[in-house]
Amino acid sequence: MRMVFADTLMELAREDERICLITPDMGYGILDKFKEAFPKRYFNLGITEQNVTSVAAGMALCGMKPYVYSIIPFVVHRSIEQIRVDVSYMNLDVKIVGVGSGFEYGAAGATHHGTEDISMIRALPNMNIYAPGDNDEMIQITRLSSKHNKPSYIRIGRHNHGIINGSKIELGKASIINKGKGIALIATGNALPLAKDYYEYLKKEGLNPYLISMHTVKPIDRDCIINLLKEKCSIYTFEEHTILGGLGSAVAEVIAESGMSTKFKRIGINDEYSHVVGNADYIRHCFGLDLEGVIKSCN
Amino acid sequence: MNKKIRELIAKAAFKSKASHVGSALSIVEILEALYFRVANYSKENYKSDDRDRIILSKGHGSLALYCVLVLKGIIPESYLDKYFVNGGKLPCHIDMNSAPGLEASTGSLGHGLGIAEGMALANRLKNIKSRIFVIIGDGEFQEGSIMEALNSIGSLNLNEITVILDNNHFQASAASSEITDEKRYPKIFEAFGFETVITDGHNVEELEKALKTKTTRPLAIIANTFKGRGFSFMENTLESHYIKFDENKLNIALKELSEGES
Repeated sequence: MRMVFADTLMELAREDERICLITPDMGYGILDKFKEAFPKRYFNLGITEQNVTSVAAGMALCGMKPYVYSIIPFVVHRSIEQIRVDVSYMNLDVKIVGVGSGFEYGAAGATHHGTEDISMIRALPNMNIYAPGDNDEMIQITRLSSKHNKPSYIRIGRHNHGIINGSKIELGKASIINKGKGIALIATGNALPLAKDYYEYLKKEGLNPYLISMHTVKPIDRDCIINLLKEKCSIYTFEEHTILGGLGSAVAEVIAESGMSTKFKRIGINDEYSHVVGNADYIRHCFGLDLEGVIKSCN
Repeated sequence: MNKKIRELIAKAAFKSKASHVGSALSIVEILEALYFRVANYSKENYKSDDRDRIILSKGHGSLALYCVLVLKGIIPESYLDKYFVNGGKLPCHIDMNSAPGLEASTGSLGHGLGIAEGMALANRLKNIKSRIFVIIGDGEFQEGSIMEALNSIGSLNLNEITVILDNNHFQASAASSEITDEKRYPKIFEAFGFETVITDGHNVEELEKALKTKTTRPLAIIANTFKGRGFSFMENTLESHYIKFDENKLNIALKELSEGES
């Protein structure tokens, strides 16, 4: 998925000479093609996450469209105050691109996990949050993000999990992959494959759940959730992220203020760090974020 | 000119009962040199892409900048009545959307140099040759992000950037000497590849000369200043950071301005 992002951005850079790529020394083997194609618009400014965020703001103030790329905890958590003041407050055309959502960098340990980033960015005014659930969404989100000038955070996974959505997407609008009845599975980012697995499981059980990709977490597609409530669907949210402040919280806020009620469950990481040693799938299993775990917690 | 700037500062400080006046008074001559003698920046060109850019990274000194932009004819003078008051227009720390001529929103320290670096990189891509000036405080010089930016600007040799360190010797809660050793400042700049000049930060001629230093490297000017400069009841004191202007202080200030040398 990282490669898909990099390749797409390279195509866009060919069309739009304002597009720049900044990294605080990350993206080895991923950003190389961009660097070779556009050496003047590729900036590895060293391991200076705070500074590169301000640099991106400065570039945007002079009319460029910078994308800042690194692993989530470095490009988001390390520089959150620069994102707040220089990107969000000044409302500039800067795209923060975080890779390794959730446990993608599994064995690297919790310092490299991206598990609270949505909550942090979601609290910042003006920011838009996009989390592609498959490579096709990755391509479309990268393209669409370059066509507007709003400050944005693009949260991407690491590996290829196949195409799940496949439809034309619209930023800010949920993609209904399957229109179901009575139950809705809403997923964002790299939790979409898990929601898909649970969807297949429920189908075998004789149910017909909605499968929805909420690739835009902010602004959340309120209308989509309200419609599900009107249809009296129970709602399950899926995110590889803390359940505090992420997709589940965003959906819960809409439900709580809607005047309607339904059965609701957030599937995500329960307010704790991983101290588990192992790859992403192993950690997911330990945290109940595989099909077995979801069946156990939802039944 | 510096008297006029200080008069506007004193009057606005009295009307608003705002703090951070000492931090504004130490940069008066720095701004005068930049805006009236060195930078390519005027009422006519302040929106053009090739203007010189001046970033007040120590955003708490905003009042001095507002007054200078009034004198440049870019901010309406009436805005000064609306500084730091309910329903006002000009906030204590800079919101770039609050008035014309403000290059960036600052107030949280340690942001301006990185923003300047981004501007320089963008200008190079667009073949724009203009200078970018950043004013930082000596307290601000303690921020880690400043060191990140200095390292990067020096490594890339972005010589269109000039950083001016307002060395007024006091920060919010202590004398700077209680926190750090100012003898390090020139060594730090030099180590990061900056041409470094030390000057009297209240002498406009000296500042102009320093700002016009010919060099192939990025330029750092350590401007030795006094916090609260110009008014006897606050000059060179820690208290000047948070002191508020009552009528008595305003009268003393205006009297000292009328009697003193420029």
